[in-house]
Amino acid sequence: MTDHDHAGLEISVRLAERGLDVELAVAPGEVLAVLGPNGAGKSTLLEIVAGLVRPDAGYVRMDGRALTDIATGVAVPAHRREVSLLAQDPLLFPHLTAAANVAFGPRSRGMRRRAAAAVAREWLQAVDATALAGRRPGELSGGQAQRVALARALAVEPRVVLLDEPMAALDVAAAPAMRILLRRALRDTKGRSAQRTAHAPSAILVTHDIVDALTLADRVVVVESGQIAEQGSVAEVLSRPRSAFAARIAGVNLMIGSAVAPSSAAEFVDADRTNEGRAQRDSYQGTISARTGSTEMGAVHCGADTVYGRCAGPWEPGTRAAAVFSPAAVAVYRERPAGSPRNVFRVRVAELTDRGGVVRVHAAERGDGAAGVVADLTPAAVAELGIVSGDEVYFTVKAGEVQVYRC
Amino acid sequence: MTVDAVPDRTGPRGKGVRAVGGNGPNRLRRGARVLLRGPGPAVPRWLLLPAFLGFAFVIMPLVALADAVDWSHFFTLVTSQSSRDALWLSMKTALASTVLCVVFGVPMAVLLARVRWRVLPLFRAMVLLPLVLPPVVGGLALLYLFGRYGLLGRRLEAMGIDIAFSTTAVVLAETFVALPFLVITLEGAMRTAGERYERIAATLGAAPTTVWLRITLPLLRPALVSGAVLAFARALGEFGATITFAGSLQGRTRTLPLEIYLQRENDPGAAVALSLLLVVIAVLIVLVAYRRVGVPEGRDPAGGLWRWGASGRAQAQAGS
Repeated sequence: MTDHDHAGLEISVRLAERGLDVELAVAPGEVLAVLGPNGAGKSTLLEIVAGLVRPDAGYVRMDGRALTDIATGVAVPAHRREVSLLAQDPLLFPHLTAAANVAFGPRSRGMRRRAAAAVAREWLQAVDATALAGRRPGELSGGQAQRVALARALAVEPRVVLLDEPMAALDVAAAPAMRILLRRALRDTKGRSAQRTAHAPSAILVTHDIVDALTLADRVVVVESGQIAEQGSVAEVLSRPRSAFAARIAGVNLMIGSAVAPSSAAEFVDADRTNEGRAQRDSYQGTISARTGSTEMGAVHCGADTVYGRCAGPWEPGTRAAAVFSPAAVAVYRERPAGSPRNVFRVRVAELTDRGGVVRVHAAERGDGAAGVVADLTPAAVAELGIVSGDEVYFTVKAGEVQVYRC
Repeated sequence: MTVDAVPDRTGPRGKGVRAVGGNGPNRLRRGARVLLRGPGPAVPRWLLLPAFLGFAFVIMPLVALADAVDWSHFFTLVTSQSSRDALWLSMKTALASTVLCVVFGVPMAVLLARVRWRVLPLFRAMVLLPLVLPPVVGGLALLYLFGRYGLLGRRLEAMGIDIAFSTTAVVLAETFVALPFLVITLEGAMRTAGERYERIAATLGAAPTTVWLRITLPLLRPALVSGAVLAFARALGEFGATITFAGSLQGRTRTLPLEIYLQRENDPGAAVALSLLLVVIAVLIVLVAYRRVGVPEGRDPAGGLWRWGASGRAQAQAGS
């Protein structure tokens, strides 16, 4: 269909049973993070790439060679794919020592016993697990076992490494160490293989932890209910989220709707200035202008609400657009603030959660089923307002604090 | 005995216990309380009675059997020529049929556990049939397959092979009734184990045969051992199918259970002595099999791994 000389991994698969319909590519040596809520189909995607699950339609190609192609009936079995998998559970073979576990892959690919043992030693050393070589999996802690599992996955020098939430089952102490190791291992693998062969291995990292994406990935794909909601560099996705999941991990409120002409939006900002401490406002907006190179205004019509905010670049009414603002920028009132120039939403409080020194006020789901807006207040402010779940309150946010963009 | 020992452990008599009357019931009640104290939820006390009756029902006949043995002649009785012949034949045939069970039963279990064919549920039901079928019926069925005028026996006889009423027939009869034990045990173990390790092994480049030999089989070893022990025990005790299909020729087809049955008429003393011998062998077998199946933790890999492995690891982590 597309050009068959494409380097790296190309995936375009559908699996009705799990509601998965995804198309993506991973360049040689690239680390792609697949983010998404539980049950979004991330792990299924990996199983399809590994050849453990057969999709209903579509293909998986590596450097132009079909690994799975439903149309032509190609289905390369898992053991001939050179795709290795590291899951949340290390799944070390319990009857083999750590060293024998790592040597298993090379041995299975026909390497001599002694050579395989040497490879195992090398990789155990690479994951700081030399001392564990003689131990059985039952004698290893979760972090140690996962390190050995990483060595085992890399010892076969795969062309693609699939990492399925490799840190999720580790405790708070072991996860950062594993993350550092993973970063080193992936980069090192890249370096080594680049010297040896033309094609560096690619990696797909499934996670729901933004820190994994930040520290390990070159690019991020957000999968929601089986579909790609958005993709781009980590910075892009976090600063301009287009999906509820990305907004949540970026820790911002996201409202998606259609762009409308910002008729009186400019007045909003002006009114803002008069109402607030002018000098402070001016300097704040000055920085915004300097950063975005523009102070144009836009508005997003989202259900019953219209959100005004500042936008960079031209604003075209009628297109799909998003408004993003920080929970800290949201103020909460019992009564509708009279004559206020701000964005005002009448919401019902769904719940209050403690976020360490800050109380997060969650509004009930919006009419269209989208996640409710959240506001971060100090515990004192919550006590003063006397907010409890079920209360009707007003959330307000200044237009200057809202960023709007097309999506 | 346990009841008597209890008051010593719980301190002065009557302390903290509702007075229910005399000393005896009080002690009993406290004994029951301690007996029923387990790590899990409390067990209703009234269960003790039927439970102990049940245990007694299982154990008492064996006690009675031991009681009936003429101990002064025990050794002579169990070492007579016919007894030794029967014992030796029983061991030989039970072992041979266990080997057959493993050779055919393991692939059968793999198929039942891992392959999805529409006919497999039917196959599973057929394999389980010998468990519920009267062994005599099984023996008769075997006779009509392998007997001189049987479906297959006719052709075999033409080739000069005569199976019925031979030691081979004993082995076949025992295999027929013992096979389900091995297949069920293994299939259950494979289903519990899942395919996670096999899948990981495949992504590491191991071809199906390599995965089977280096991962599946080693992980199944404990289940294989207990399945084989159960099959051996069942084969050793086989009576109905054997006498129907193989007859009762001393040294050739008269196994220990058959010998016991025949001696019961001429020499009850010998029958009792041989019975006790069989009981002892059975107890040893059960102990071996139970030790394997009943202790999931420890170093036994298949036990520790599926359900207890993760929590064990968590504990190790918490400890470090």
